[in-house]
Amino acid sequence: MNERNTARPILSFEGVSLTYHTNTGETLAAKDMSFCVYEGEFIAVIGPSGCGKTTVLSLAAGLLKPSAGKIRVRGEKKGAEVFGYMLQRDELFPWRTVEANIFLPLEIQKKNTPENRNRALSLAEKYGLGGFLKHYPDQLSGGMRQRAALIRTLAIQPEILLLDEPFSALDYQTRLSVCDDVYNIIRSEKKTALLVTHDISEAISVADRVLVLSARPACVVASHELEFGSTEPLKRRESPRFSSWFEILWKELNI
Amino acid sequence: MKKTLNCSAEHALYLKKVRRGKIIVQAARFGLLLAVLGIWELIAGLRIVDPFIISSPSRIAIMIADLARDGSLFYHIGTTLWETLVGFAIAVSLGTFIALALWWSETARKVLEPYIVVLNSLPKIALGPVIIVWFGTGSSAIVFMTVLVGIIVAIMNMLGGFLATDKNKILLLRSMGATKRQILFKLVIPSALPQFIGMLKICVGMAWIGSIMGEYIVSKAGLGYLIVYGGQVFKLDLVMAATAILCVLAAGMYALVALAEKILVKNDRS
Repeated sequence: MNERNTARPILSFEGVSLTYHTNTGETLAAKDMSFCVYEGEFIAVIGPSGCGKTTVLSLAAGLLKPSAGKIRVRGEKKGAEVFGYMLQRDELFPWRTVEANIFLPLEIQKKNTPENRNRALSLAEKYGLGGFLKHYPDQLSGGMRQRAALIRTLAIQPEILLLDEPFSALDYQTRLSVCDDVYNIIRSEKKTALLVTHDISEAISVADRVLVLSARPACVVASHELEFGSTEPLKRRESPRFSSWFEILWKELNI
Repeated sequence: MKKTLNCSAEHALYLKKVRRGKIIVQAARFGLLLAVLGIWELIAGLRIVDPFIISSPSRIAIMIADLARDGSLFYHIGTTLWETLVGFAIAVSLGTFIALALWWSETARKVLEPYIVVLNSLPKIALGPVIIVWFGTGSSAIVFMTVLVGIIVAIMNMLGGFLATDKNKILLLRSMGATKRQILFKLVIPSALPQFIGMLKICVGMAWIGSIMGEYIVSKAGLGYLIVYGGQVFKLDLVMAATAILCVLAAGMYALVALAEKILVKNDRS
């Protein structure tokens, strides 16, 4: 993307390693992992299953401390305020209304001011949740719930979105449309996003750049600029370049 | 109910079937009670079995009326009800509080686990003599017994509920930068509400076991006292009358908890 500021990485992993300790031994989950994420970029991380893709997000969000190496986050905000984490399932609290769910991060970060609440509500309004604010999550469709989860993530205005296979719990039809949805919302809010997925076609359809991880211990083996510009996910899937990218990435995953 | 006006004939038929099914169940329940009471009355009345041994519904009714007339009925009911309710309240609140503390501290949980398991399997009635020595022969001994019987169940149930909190939801809150306190109040407690209601239901039964058992061991009044006394002097009418009242009270208390569940779950949809 042209407007991207390539001179200033907002998040960088510098030689990051992570060792898990359990009673039965220690596992090297990530080894000497280095990459940068630039402002406004949409990055997809793919890798063979069990390679520790989720670990990358946990490390970025500071939920796990690296055993070696450094993770730098640049920006005015600090800690949890920088990141918006979105999980496989929407994880909306069933006893809260959609509105109260969206306010949850504001409550947690003690930013529950009328101004912030209104901003969150206008986001919900803008992205089609206006009529559902007083509903409970179990009254919403899977796609709507995931959209509510995204608005909840955006409520605290994070600088970087961390998406952990956010579409994998949805059925195929919903998945394609929610993927389109989320892509458009993230684009129009001009957020930086780091998506991990095991789905190659999903990665190609949303990302500016795809990082390929190796099997455990994970490290970055390739980084590809897709150069689709701001083409929407469903349109990308029709492009002839889609299948050539698919082939390249598929081969890299199966080395 | 009036929504049947604008629906298809087939649906109306279906609704009618459902309603009829409900009526049949209700009628059968009531009929069963009447049949048992009738056969019982008949067996006693025809002296197939001596009513001195098995009592009879009419003799029980007369006994209850007698007790009511001299006022002692309400005194005994009041005594047992008070002991049960106080014991129940203490067991539930203290048990929930201890469960919260155990959720909070993994170390405390690990240290105390074997003790809780042993206390759970221990028949509380074995502590009877100790309780008499410590608390004397008053109501406090019975309340203590009630608490003892209920609290371990309350702790184990609630701890199970707290620990079963969705790991991903905890991860979500942690990613927002939530403190342990926030995780507790925003997530762990509200999500354990159904478990809390379930625990209340179990503890109603436990509280009655505790109070009646306590009255068996040591008491001067109460329904348990009436049952023991009636047994000792071979007045089966008295034993049966106290037992019947006990049934009604226990059912009433359970119904109250079920009502609380309806209200809470309706508001919270968990």
